[in-house]
Amino acid sequence: MTERKGGGEVSGDVTLLHTSQLDQLINLARENSLWYLLFGLACCGIELIQTGGPRADLMRFGAIPRASPRQADFMIVAGTLTYKMALRAKLLYDQMSEPKYVISMGSCANCGGLFQLAYSVCKGVDKVIPVDVYVPGCPPRPEALTEGLIRLQEIVRRERWTDKRRAPGLPVAR
Amino acid sequence: MTTQELHERLRARFGEDVGALSEPKVDPFCLVKRERIAEVCRFAKQEPGLELDFLEDLTAVDWPKRNAIEVVYHLFSFPLRHGIVLKVELDRTAPRLPSVEGVWKAANWFEREVYDLFGVEFTGHPDLRRILLPDDWVGHPLRKDYQEAGGYHGIANVRENPLVELRRLDERARGPAAPPPAAPATPKA
Repeated sequence: MTERKGGGEVSGDVTLLHTSQLDQLINLARENSLWYLLFGLACCGIELIQTGGPRADLMRFGAIPRASPRQADFMIVAGTLTYKMALRAKLLYDQMSEPKYVISMGSCANCGGLFQLAYSVCKGVDKVIPVDVYVPGCPPRPEALTEGLIRLQEIVRRERWTDKRRAPGLPVAR
Repeated sequence: MTTQELHERLRARFGEDVGALSEPKVDPFCLVKRERIAEVCRFAKQEPGLELDFLEDLTAVDWPKRNAIEVVYHLFSFPLRHGIVLKVELDRTAPRLPSVEGVWKAANWFEREVYDLFGVEFTGHPDLRRILLPDDWVGHPLRKDYQEAGGYHGIANVRENPLVELRRLDERARGPAAPPPAAPATPKA
């Protein structure tokens, strides 16, 4: 660039304007291609399979099950999370690439549920990794999980490129 | 062969080391002396006429008041269709007894589970590690006096009442110094 004429400088606001219009297009693509990491731990896993099946059909939202965290956009934690598994869940979450999201499915994943008083059960996935959508139920019906995915799509739709989604190095243990 | 007859065969071979049979119930049991349990089991499996070739279950019971841990063996014979229950009573402060892994391979994981959850040490076991809980877990949770260690690897083991948590989040969102709601004025007569 040689010389800029006129008093108008290219400020941060201009950049923001351009990207915010582009955001809508990008987000349209992103919200309709959210791939999920299979993380069925207990009976909720069966409902998760049902949700992926032909009747509820998560794939019509562009959600494809992936077996690898490297290819997944979000993680459905379905079932009772024990402390032993909590460390693995954290590891898998760390292996996913940003931007990444978590759906906590069922009472056990939300807060420990029926097994909250057990010595080996983690009292909620959000003690280990940040959760975006909580789906209540024991276990939730496929309709409920589908609505959970729609809520997650809303979150993605509202996102802006310029906003930092969350600060890196978020302390997880609360 | 009835359980009574099985017990008599064991008594004939091991004498007083095999205790009296309990009163008739679904699974009558007899107490076996701690040091001889592996021998008794080997005999029960290999002796023609007994052939208790199937270790149905191996578990334990904690009795804090008696200061005892009982290890329970459920034996069954597939060819002869009979079974018996053996029990071994151990000192609760230092529970230790011979492994029967050499008799039935199925005992390997059963004994690891009992070790994991009750802290019973099986001497002669080839691979006595925890099987269910993480390797660095503290304590043996199925003991009656087990106390939780207060979290695991920095993961808290308590969860706030969601109503209390919601109220706190509401107050934080509303901002500081929210005045308490005024008491309803008493209507004047």
